[in-house]
Amino acid sequence: MCFLAGQFAGESLGVLLGIEANVGGVGFSMILLMLSTDWLQKRGFLPVHTEQGILFWSLMYIPIIVAMSATQNVFAAFSQGFMALLVGIIPTIFLFLCIPVLIKLLLK
Amino acid sequence: MSVNALIVAFLLVAIITWLSSFISLKILKGRVPGAAIAIITGLVLAFFGGKWTGGNKGISDVPGLAGFALLGSGMLRDFAVVATAMGSSLKEMKKTGWIGLISLLMGVFVSFFPAVIIAYAFGYRDVVSLTTIGAGSCTFIVGPVTGAAIGADSSVIAISIAVGVFKSVFVTIFTAPLAKWIGLDNPQSAMAYGGLMGTTSGVTAGLAATDPKLVPYGAMTSTFATGVGCLLCPSICFFIMKLILGQ
Repeated sequence: MCFLAGQFAGESLGVLLGIEANVGGVGFSMILLMLSTDWLQKRGFLPVHTEQGILFWSLMYIPIIVAMSATQNVFAAFSQGFMALLVGIIPTIFLFLCIPVLIKLLLK
Repeated sequence: MSVNALIVAFLLVAIITWLSSFISLKILKGRVPGAAIAIITGLVLAFFGGKWTGGNKGISDVPGLAGFALLGSGMLRDFAVVATAMGSSLKEMKKTGWIGLISLLMGVFVSFFPAVIIAYAFGYRDVVSLTTIGAGSCTFIVGPVTGAAIGADSSVIAISIAVGVFKSVFVTIFTAPLAKWIGLDNPQSAMAYGGLMGTTSGVTAGLAATDPKLVPYGAMTSTFATGVGCLLCPSICFFIMKLILGQ
């Protein structure tokens, strides 16, 4: 339900912004899920089975990502392998450089 | 597509995931996360699927393996990704406080824009592809989720997955050696690290090799990173890209 509500919110936001896409539907869903399970848990309305059901699906996510990866058009993307490597590594190096800066900033 | 096809896919993916976990722990001693190996295997399968069949849906074009298309479908994927949010709670979120928030935001933007610049340098010009590749530099989930949301081509989504996986492996390998140099020796810095780097598989593996006590702190923030990325990339980042490129 959170998923559908979130997706709807995402689509609505997309329409509002005039973009033909689901802007952040997954993000909204996640927030909704967190808020509602928290709320339900506090009031004792979250049955163990429901909780475990959600846990099952969260554990399924890596296998699903594997299946998703296996259905992409990698053959066409293959020539871009080097670029993918650079895009994976260079921004990450920037991130590493940010850490000492961030830590100093927070210590103030 | 028969019901059996889905079961076949389940079985094969289970074997791949299990084997990857095994290779990661026993052979590589955790230097590469099991998830990364599994996903790379998926990409390799997709490559050969495309090579053998000439299709554009990876391994699912191979007769009998069409079940992969359903198991890896956008609907199931988004559903499972959203389910991972249940592990997080508001209490934990409040605990991370400002460190968490700032590191999460920085994590997205500091990855996204350099990534887009590199992609642009390699010839990508359209907003959708650039945003998707940029999103891939956040985590290997954010890339495909963003790509699917804004209508990217499958080959670009594949690239975004590869980008995220490379990042995850890089973070795993370099966390421990660089830890001292970047001040990664206490819970606060671990939380900042988790939010900044974003890739939960990379952060947990990297911290485990640095100081196992830091793992929960890093994971606390990195878990949110995928959610934040999925929220910001298809919306704000996409919007900013459209403004910059005038599309």
